[in-house]
Amino acid sequence: MVDAALDHAAPPRRIGQVLLKVDNITLSFGGVRALSGVSLEIREHEIFAIIGPNGAGKSSMLNVINGFYHPQQGTITYKGVTRGDMRPYDAARQGIARTFQNIALFKGMSTLDNIMTGRLLKMRSDLLTQALYWGPAERQEIEHRRAVERIIDFLQIEAIRKVPVGKLPYGLQKRVELARALAAEPDLLLLDEPMAGMNIEEKQDMCRFVLDVNDEFGTTIALIEHDMGVVMDISDRVVVLDYGRKIADGTPDRVRNDPKVIEAYLGLAH
Amino acid sequence: MLYREAGQFKASYAADQAIFPILQDRIGAIAILAVAFLVVPFAANEYWLRTILTPFLIYALASIGLNLLTGYAGLVSLGTGGFMAVGAFTAYNLAIRIPGLNVVVVFLLAGLVAACVGILFGLPSLRIKGFYLAVATLAAQFFLEWLFSHVPWFTNDSSSGVISSPEIVMFGFRFSGPVSRYLLTLTIVAVLALLAKNLVRGNIGRSWMAIRDMDIAAEIIGIRPLRTKLLAFAVSSFYIGIAGALWAFVYLGSVDPSAFDLDRSFQVLFMVIIGGLGSILGSFLGAAFILLLPILLSNLPELFGVHIGTAAGTNLEFVVFGTLIVFFLIVEPHGLARLWQIGKEKLRLWPFPH
Amino acid sequence: MEFFFEVLIGGLLSGVMYSLVALGFVLIFKASGVFNFAQGAMVLFAALTFVGLLEHGFAIWAAAIATIVTMVVLAIVVERLVLRPLVNQEQIIMFMATIGIAYFLNGIGQAMWGADVHPLMLGIPQGPVDVLGIQIDKFDLIAAAVAGSLVAGLAFFFQKTRIGRALRAVADDHQAAMSVGIPLKQIWVIVWTAAGIVAFVAGIMWGSNLGVQFSVALVALKALPVLILGGFTSIPGAIVGGLLVGAGEKLSEVFLGPFVGGGIETWFAYMLAMLFLMVRPQGLFGERIIERV
Repeated sequence: MVDAALDHAAPPRRIGQVLLKVDNITLSFGGVRALSGVSLEIREHEIFAIIGPNGAGKSSMLNVINGFYHPQQGTITYKGVTRGDMRPYDAARQGIARTFQNIALFKGMSTLDNIMTGRLLKMRSDLLTQALYWGPAERQEIEHRRAVERIIDFLQIEAIRKVPVGKLPYGLQKRVELARALAAEPDLLLLDEPMAGMNIEEKQDMCRFVLDVNDEFGTTIALIEHDMGVVMDISDRVVVLDYGRKIADGTPDRVRNDPKVIEAYLGLAH
Repeated sequence: MLYREAGQFKASYAADQAIFPILQDRIGAIAILAVAFLVVPFAANEYWLRTILTPFLIYALASIGLNLLTGYAGLVSLGTGGFMAVGAFTAYNLAIRIPGLNVVVVFLLAGLVAACVGILFGLPSLRIKGFYLAVATLAAQFFLEWLFSHVPWFTNDSSSGVISSPEIVMFGFRFSGPVSRYLLTLTIVAVLALLAKNLVRGNIGRSWMAIRDMDIAAEIIGIRPLRTKLLAFAVSSFYIGIAGALWAFVYLGSVDPSAFDLDRSFQVLFMVIIGGLGSILGSFLGAAFILLLPILLSNLPELFGVHIGTAAGTNLEFVVFGTLIVFFLIVEPHGLARLWQIGKEKLRLWPFPH
Repeated sequence: MEFFFEVLIGGLLSGVMYSLVALGFVLIFKASGVFNFAQGAMVLFAALTFVGLLEHGFAIWAAAIATIVTMVVLAIVVERLVLRPLVNQEQIIMFMATIGIAYFLNGIGQAMWGADVHPLMLGIPQGPVDVLGIQIDKFDLIAAAVAGSLVAGLAFFFQKTRIGRALRAVADDHQAAMSVGIPLKQIWVIVWTAAGIVAFVAGIMWGSNLGVQFSVALVALKALPVLILGGFTSIPGAIVGGLLVGAGEKLSEVFLGPFVGGGIETWFAYMLAMLFLMVRPQGLFGERIIERV
């Protein structure tokens, strides 16, 4: 995690080697083809956007990377290792964290507890030490509480620490979900429509957070987003999906002017 | 006003995460413990100790066990009675066949055996949840009930099927009177309650609650659902098993499989629902409530000069229980524990109106 | 060999009785996603009401109509006081609420009509009849016929009528159903009434067989394994599940029971269900449960 002090208005950042390589992925559910032969590469420290009309298969792509769905064809190479089918908790162990379109927070727990769950993989939780709290378990709890408080500070959600997340408004819930993902100190952060349903101010805040995360922690970010302004502003590279196929790939400027992309969005050929 | 938290700032995370962060709560808890340990043994009469306080503690322990499974981990279980039976019969057989074994060891082993059985019947939770899982626990309940009443080895081949529990001996001291038995139970329950509280405020508790709230999402932060669920079954059954052993040894004086039937399972479930799902305090409140309710119900009509027979009394109990369950689920799913919290919040202002 | 068939047929037919109870479960689950733990209590309550009225001198038809009216009232009360306040809660809460309803009904029923066994004499023929060399009880045959017609009727109702379609819509998605104008509350009253009537029929059959008593409610718990085997959302599944459970129970009790001191019947069905849950949770005919994130 290298701290690169950069000006936000002037990318490129220090983009490294290929972190995740997705090769020729095909995913079907029964008769429905969600993804057909999609290949893409995400490089270390970059912000990578996946865009496309509704139903294009964007969330499915993230679900495949994350281990929720297992593709019928194709390979995924992460950190140089081609992996077989894995469960989401294996993906988590390897440093992949994720937020969801429909918010997958633990509604019965407070903000603080939700974010603390993000630290789970970094903590030991054997039965005996946990039951006899005082001693190693307490020390560990405090140490990680500190780390979580740093994230709470970063995302400016101090005031809602103890509030059960089910009671929070949508925008704050999304922020807490981001906090939980960050708590895991991931190498690869998958964000599924992090700005959906937000007004302009909330979007600006969220953009700033995403950029800060990438800046300060060097986290590689793959995000799905519908707001073109946001995508063009903050991404290094963009991939466009339509009906489960990749139709364009490149820098925001190049993709914006690609006739196939324009067609897909305006629906000329459909 | 009495309950003002003003001026109580937490200067460290440790203070913030304490079991009783608010000073008044801490004083209250210590006071209750002091009374329970020091005053009650001398002040309470034998009836109270035998039929109210000791069973209350045992029920509370069983409720804590079930609450860990159902309230924190979200796995509904109707097999509580069966697991209590496992604890009771294991303890009985250990005490009979290895005489002189320290009673604490007996109880611990009973709990461990119950934990293993719990894991076994918890295996279906890999594939099923909600009420499907409840049905699997019904299988446990009926099978275990049958096992202990039909396999003679468990009852030491007694002809009537009902056996009296052995004496409780620890380091040569005989726990035979109600006071000593009460204190033994109190100590065991207090210690186990404390351990449970520690579990639920740390990682294990959070993992359980994550599974309860959204087990699909729990996987993405690295929780392994099966392991977490089986751990819940294990710990829960451990507690419930010890409760069963206590029930047989300390309360009943006999080891009777019909004491651990489906009704018992429902009773403990009701305690957990009414007391508050996901609350250790709630387990105590629920146990007290359900235990005292029948006494109340049988005495109340008398106060109004109305005589009702035992059958009608049972029917009244059923009706009231049923209504209370529905009432609590609608009005306050977090049960008495939440009502208690709300009450405390009101105390912040009382007696001032604003 | 004949003995085996007799036990088998006896088991199959007793399984039909389980199916009658299970049908009520399926109705409510199919149409509202609620697992009604109180179905057994409803069977008992309906039977008690019917028998109680008969004992007070009502004619059979009058008692039947009065009981059905009672079940309608029960459905309305349940919808108003329990279902509506809990409409947005998770299934597990609804399930526990139905446990509360079960206790309530058991208490009220027994308070109203007493806890003794009430024999139910309806003139349904009993006694064995010889079919292909095997003795079959006439009563069991009639029970099978009743169950069969009930299933056929319900299946027709769900598939072909407008209300049936509405019920299926509600089961799929409450919000969507409301948004196309389906009146949720009325649907629930209809469903619970239908389940109540099914409970009444089941209560008559069980009561005629065993006499109307408290254990009928417990027997209804057996319907749970039936549902697991057959699938919670399948009407024909309730029949098949019932047959499997009934036959399995009887066969295991007769042929395996003597080795272990008997009493296998109390848990065989549940163990079978548990194994099924591991292998095929949706049952033989149920819909696969898919969860999306």
